[in-house]
Amino acid sequence: MLLYALRRLIYLVPVAFGVSLLVFALVHLAPGDAISAIVPPDAPQEVVDKLKEYYGFDKPLPIQYLRWLTVTLSGDFGTSIGTGRPVSEEVGGAFLNTIVLAISSCLLAFTLAIILGIAAAYAKSRVVDRLVTSIALVGVSVPHFWLAIVLVIIFSVELGWLPPMGLGPESATGWRLDLAHLRYMVLPTIALSMIPLGVMTRTVRSTIKEILNMEFVTALQAKGMNDRQILLHVLKNAAPTCLAVMGLQAGNLIGGSILIETVFSWPGTGFLLNSAIFRRDLPILQGTTLVLAFFFMVLNLAVDVIQTMVDPRIKRG
Amino acid sequence: MAIQSPSIDVGGGAAVRAIPASASRGYWESVRRRLRRDPVTVVCGVVLLLIVLSALTAPWLGLADPYKTSMIYRLKPIGTPRFLLGSDELGRDMLSRLIYGGRLSLFMGVTPVVCALLIGGLLGITAGFLGGRVNMLIMRIMDVFYAFPSVLLAISLSGAMGAGAENTLLALTLVFIPPICRVSESVTTQVRGFDFVDAAKASGAGTLTIVRVHVLGNVLGPILVYATSLISVAIILAAGLSFLGLGVKPPEPEWGLMLNTLRQAIYVNPVLAALPGVMIFITSICFNLMSDGLRAAMDVKA
Repeated sequence: MLLYALRRLIYLVPVAFGVSLLVFALVHLAPGDAISAIVPPDAPQEVVDKLKEYYGFDKPLPIQYLRWLTVTLSGDFGTSIGTGRPVSEEVGGAFLNTIVLAISSCLLAFTLAIILGIAAAYAKSRVVDRLVTSIALVGVSVPHFWLAIVLVIIFSVELGWLPPMGLGPESATGWRLDLAHLRYMVLPTIALSMIPLGVMTRTVRSTIKEILNMEFVTALQAKGMNDRQILLHVLKNAAPTCLAVMGLQAGNLIGGSILIETVFSWPGTGFLLNSAIFRRDLPILQGTTLVLAFFFMVLNLAVDVIQTMVDPRIKRG
Repeated sequence: MAIQSPSIDVGGGAAVRAIPASASRGYWESVRRRLRRDPVTVVCGVVLLLIVLSALTAPWLGLADPYKTSMIYRLKPIGTPRFLLGSDELGRDMLSRLIYGGRLSLFMGVTPVVCALLIGGLLGITAGFLGGRVNMLIMRIMDVFYAFPSVLLAISLSGAMGAGAENTLLALTLVFIPPICRVSESVTTQVRGFDFVDAAKASGAGTLTIVRVHVLGNVLGPILVYATSLISVAIILAAGLSFLGLGVKPPEPEWGLMLNTLRQAIYVNPVLAALPGVMIFITSICFNLMSDGLRAAMDVKA
């Protein structure tokens, strides 16, 4: 078990290397060079050259990459061009806000999906199954940033029940767990949970349906077990597949919340990324992307390891 | 996604998985028949056809000029004379812009999937058929792209390259190549293991002939079905990028961009502000249902 985890960790090294290369390349994809984003267009040539030398942009690309990599690995992500604060500080604060929103959305989406999926798989009537499949279809098809706007229109503009944007009553001080802050989370959580809700409902339903058709279920029935006892066996067998998809969805939620965070002005990584793009703040863009990608990789690894722990059929070592 | 066994059902044709090359015409015939009998797929197909046709023939439909602004008629509600679906924040006709908007929105959603299908499919089939080192190389490169959540990758790429329709297309294509490549690879690897491939090899068929005649016919179905399931994601993602201001630039009519510019109007005319999203929703739901129908008709396991 431990050996498997270790092997997966070692396998992550070349992928992580590739990821760092891609993130490094992001800056060089940008039109013009990174310097032109910092200096005013009428800056004298000597100043531009000096800055280029200071940032190492006058060196060949491989050397620039190595330099960037060593500096980044030591935890220094550079300085934000927009605010002048260290990138690690900016990204760190935003990351926490994103995680808070992701956790609440995952809780909502996965709980609902498991209930709906099981209900549909077990449903005797076609109506229930149809209803659940329709909900799942809406979940995967709805443009979630549009749903966010519709939610704001209904619950903030028309009814005035919930705040339309921000993360709390005094948004400067960061997120806290109290009723006032929770009110601000309701709409973003619902909007963000749509995609995982749709995907997970489909997954749970089809996985359980497939397992219910297996011979061991018939055998358990023949042995005289009741439905509830059998459900336990079914769930055990469905868990690995569902966990894998859940992990992927949770990761996508954290990396893909940019649209929802923009609609609700939720100060998370997505919001940071969006403003960085429009200020052409490349260090922030690079730092945020790198942090999110590494988090996604580690999450995938964790899910993989947990999956082998849960699944009695997989024996790896 | 997985082809299970080369079983051929002689009776009903329900379990045709691995079809010999000579029988492939009958297979596509039965797929078409099954599609025609599926009411959901037919309705979705008709709706999509209407959206596509109206977008294509928009200049000849007698619509108002989608670029013509009017200071007097700004944010008029639905049903205003001369403005059937109201007017936007610059007094442009909404109906006209929604129909014209289909052009760019559909184009920006479908093109990346088609490009990724060509590139990713080619890479995946090559990796799957050749195996060994080539497979290692291609699939490990794909793993790097897989380390990014797809939305993040799309936004970071197009964010770094700067706004514009071409950059969005490029970024989205890059996002969809890895998943299509992975599916193509796994399907091809399975087909390669079938006896008929060995038989063809033993009877002296060259690599290209085997791929063209025996492999392509069996892998194209699953790959195609998977690719169609990506179209709705692509349309939403493309609209999302425009919504962020990264895709199409104003004043072009495009659903995502329209949602963005109308956002300021949610206090004045909320129904109007939500309209472009309805178009995205309808289109993406139709593509998803079509893809499901296609999957069932082609008998591809999900």
